[in-house]
Formats: sequence, structure tokens, C-alpha cells
Amino acid sequence: MSTLNNPLLEAKGITKYFGTITALENVDLKVHAGECLGVVGDNGAGKSTLMKVLSGLYKPSSGSLYFQGKEEILESPKDSQNLGLEMVYQDLALAGNLPIGENIFLGREPTKNVGFLKFLDFNKIKELTNAHLGKLKINVKSADQKVEELSGGQRQAVAIARSTAFNAKVVIMDEPTAALAIKEVGKVLDLINSLKKTGVGVIVISHRMDDIFSVCDRVMALFQGTNFAESELSNTSRDEVIGWIMGKK
Amino acid sequence: MEEKDNKKESLYLKLMPYIEKYGILLLLVLMILVMHILQPDVFLSWRNVTNVFKQISWQSMLALGVFMVIVTAGIDLSVGSIMMLSLMVLAIVAKAGAPWFIVVITPLIAGFLCGLFNGAGITFLRMPHPFIMTLGTLYIFRGTGNLISGGTPISGFTDEVRYLGHGRIDLTWLGLEKSQYLPVSLVLIAVVYIIFWFFLNHSRTGKWIYAIGGNPSAARASGINVNKILIIVYSLCGFLSGIGALILAGRTDSGYPNAGLQSELDAIAACIIGGASFFGGRGTVLGVFAGVMIMGILRNGLNLMDVSSFWQQVLIGSIIVIAVYIDVLRRDLGTRK
Repeated sequence: MSTLNNPLLEAKGITKYFGTITALENVDLKVHAGECLGVVGDNGAGKSTLMKVLSGLYKPSSGSLYFQGKEEILESPKDSQNLGLEMVYQDLALAGNLPIGENIFLGREPTKNVGFLKFLDFNKIKELTNAHLGKLKINVKSADQKVEELSGGQRQAVAIARSTAFNAKVVIMDEPTAALAIKEVGKVLDLINSLKKTGVGVIVISHRMDDIFSVCDRVMALFQGTNFAESELSNTSRDEVIGWIMGKK
Repeated sequence: MEEKDNKKESLYLKLMPYIEKYGILLLLVLMILVMHILQPDVFLSWRNVTNVFKQISWQSMLALGVFMVIVTAGIDLSVGSIMMLSLMVLAIVAKAGAPWFIVVITPLIAGFLCGLFNGAGITFLRMPHPFIMTLGTLYIFRGTGNLISGGTPISGFTDEVRYLGHGRIDLTWLGLEKSQYLPVSLVLIAVVYIIFWFFLNHSRTGKWIYAIGGNPSAARASGINVNKILIIVYSLCGFLSGIGALILAGRTDSGYPNAGLQSELDAIAACIIGGASFFGGRGTVLGVFAGVMIMGILRNGLNLMDVSSFWQQVLIGSIIVIAVYIDVLRRDLGTRK
């Protein structure tokens, strides 16, 4: 794999101001194919802001993004999706009033033409949803079930399924296990591991050392909006990473 | 014990989609039965049934527009004023001697532009809530309608202009009597409701309207241009109010300053009774139609029984409160916490 040394996604010198507040200052980040990068940091360290910059929701005040070696400017989440950059938000960003299948394909629904009109192709949505959920070994009663009827873990699984339904190359997850019951955490972590095996680059933002140390290959810490420390997982320890979060080296 | 609860819950979850979809129709059928028993000679007569449809014709357009707005978790208080302004524009253009095919288009364009103005205000001016923008335009549009007409009624339209609101489809070829005609406005209601049912349930834009009501940040994160969809929704709501104006022009043969006064509240009430949720993302076109019918039948039935209009107000108000309480219960039971 020639991509081993070239990162799939690289951010260089990202700075983001909100008025007079500096949320991010000169932050670098990179992730390779099949690799999981853990991003840790205290509340307000800039983790979520960084993620929103990567997803195209926020435009950075300065700095640049490279995807597969090419510089890209993201104007909207649509742009990042088109590149194969997918987000799983902490609040999951699912519409509870819609069924699982329609959530997975939200904004990218397959259609069929009837004359000059375009109608939603519900059969195709269902078919693709079942195939995709089956591939990820996610069990739900039916693709027609509304998301608000699902448990927290099932919702997280649907959110991850949505992020990978369109040949994602990089999946970024914000606190993927924060809202889950303990028995559901393992399933989500398994899901992340199987994503890595398919060559997807994964970025996990998490507070939980258990998550970081069971799925990540590398970990980086943000502190007050700047890069604070970074290491291969094999060269560090929980205590050291916890220290980074609190600003101690 | 826990297992028993689970069983009960799963039965409820199985039934819920049907209750959500068709429960309101049951209520409508029940009302029709009660009215029929109370007024067996009159209520289901051809004359009275067509009368109910004629009475609800323009309200049904406003309600459908407001419904789409409510699905996005918004509100449009200006539909009555949009209708009045569109009606006045129509009257002025008609009086100026424009040909009928121009006259019938003007209220649709006027209504659409009013809705576009609402949508633009809500999105570009970033009003904290659509309530505020449309409360403002409730006054602005009605004031404008009075300014351009001088605040006086303008009457007398040609038959072509009045066709949608006043026209009759003769059914004597079916062996029916001359008095047993089909009002054109009834056909119009059916056509418009079917088109919008298709739009909301089978188009991507329609799905996105529901998604925005369900979770706007999810819609945004999915790459949906939320502001664009909101502008479309408010514009369509204005357009439907314009159709309402065209129907009203036909029915009353007049543009008058008090047209549609407080009808925005009737429209909202019909949506709520029909099962649309103020929290957004919930409700069906069929439900709105049922809501409009329930209000129409209630008014008609109470009039037939000579019940004072004060009681009508009390009853309609009570139905709104009960309908929303049912919505609250439905949410409690239907979603996991």
C-alpha cells in the first residue's frame, strides 16, 4: 500500500477564531488508511471545533486541508461527503421521526424517474439498507423502524452505518460511546475495528481511555486549542495520556 | 412483570403507526355518524355535504400550507393576511380590465411572493423564531392590502375568475338531478391535496421537510440546505394562500378588507387537530384534511342544530386542547427515554 506513508487526510496549521476567542491555534492532524487516530483533550480543548472544521461545517480562519495529498477547501458538509469524509456526531445527528433506512440515506436518497418527475425509491432504500446493515452485522428488527424507537447503542450503530454507506474513506466519530450502556460499548468498538480492516481511516474523539486503548493506533492530545502531545499507542500509557489531557507532560 | 410490560409495549409499538395514521379518520367518521343520527334528514343530504366542502374550500388551502410549515417545526401566522392581500391584488387587476387568465394567476404570484418574503426573513434576517417574522408580516400584508385597495371592498368578477370557487360540475349525465352538482372547489381540494401528498411523501424535498422537523442539525449535517428548503416551504405556503384567495374571490365575488381575518388560527387548529405536532416532523396530509373536515363539520352541524356560535368556539377550543394532549401522550409512550 503506497498510502502507508502518505496520510489519507491531513490538516496543517488549522486556526479558528470565534470573534475574539481562539478555539484552535495552528493545529496539525493526520490519519492514514486503516488507521485509527484517537483525539483526546479536556472540555473546551477544541476537539469538537476541529471535527467541525474537518466536516466542512466551520471554515477555518487559516490553515489547509489535504485529502489524498491534494489540497481541498470545504464549503459545506456536502463537500466533505463528496470526498468520502464522514462524520458521526455526538448527538448522532439522526432524525428520530424517520425510519432507519431513510436516515442512512438522508440527503442522498436513491430516486427513480416517473416521466419527468423524480420519486423516492423506497424499495431500493430498504434493499440497500438491509444489505449494508448485514455487512456491518448490525441487528435491527426492520429497516422501517423509526430511529426514536431504538436503544442508544442501536442509534449509534445506525449513525455509523450511515457514515459508511457511501464508500467512506475517513470516518470521524465524536464520543462514539458516551451515551451508551456498558454492554453496547463493546459492539460499537467492534464495529470501529471492522471499519479499520476495510481500509477506512478512523478518527475517534473520546474521553474514555478504554475506547482509545482498545481501538486506536495513535493518540494525540489537544490542550487549549493547540497540539500538546502525540504518540503511537504502543509507546504510551493510560496515565501519560490522562496527564496530557490535564496539560502535564 | 417486566416481560409483561415489554409485551404491552411491543403491541403498542405495532399498533402505533396505524393509530398515528388513521386514528383521526376514526374520529371524523364518528362525528359524521353522530351528526347523521342527530340530523338524519339534513346532514348527509347532497346539498348540505357539498355546502360543507364549499365552506372549507379556502380554509383547506391555508391549512395545508401551514401544515408544511408546522412539519418543519415552524409556524406561519400570516396566511390569512397573505390571502387578503392576494385577494385585493386580484380584485384590483380584475377591475383594471385584465383578461381572466391574467387575473387568476395574480393571486398565486402575490401569495408566492409573500411566502418568499417570509422565508427570506426567517433565514437571511435570522429571526429567532418564525413566529416573530410571520407575526410582523401578518400586519404588513394586511396593511398593504388595505393601502392598495383604499380599505374598501372591490366587487364583481367574471365567471372565468369565479370558476374555481363558484363553478359547478353538472352531473345530470349520470342521471342525477340538476341540484346534485359537484362544486369545482371540491375537485380542486382533492387535486391539490393529492399533489401535496405526493410531494411530501415521495419526493426528496418532501422527505427533507420532515427531516428538518425531526432534527434540523441532522438535516444540516446530512448536507441538506436547510435554509433553501425552509424558503421553499414558506413560499409554497404563501402560494397555497394565494389559491385560497382565488377560491374566496369566486365564492364571495368580492375583495374585502376583512377577508381571512383570524383564519390563520383556524388553519393552525386544523393542523393540530389533524395530528401535526408543534415539535415538528410529525403529521400527515390525510390528517390535515381530517382536521379541516372536523372543524367544518362541527361548525356546520352546530349551525344545523341551531347551537350558538359561542358554543362552537368553546367546542373547537376544547378539541384543540384534547388533540394536543393526545399528542403529548403519544410522544411519551412512543419514544424511549
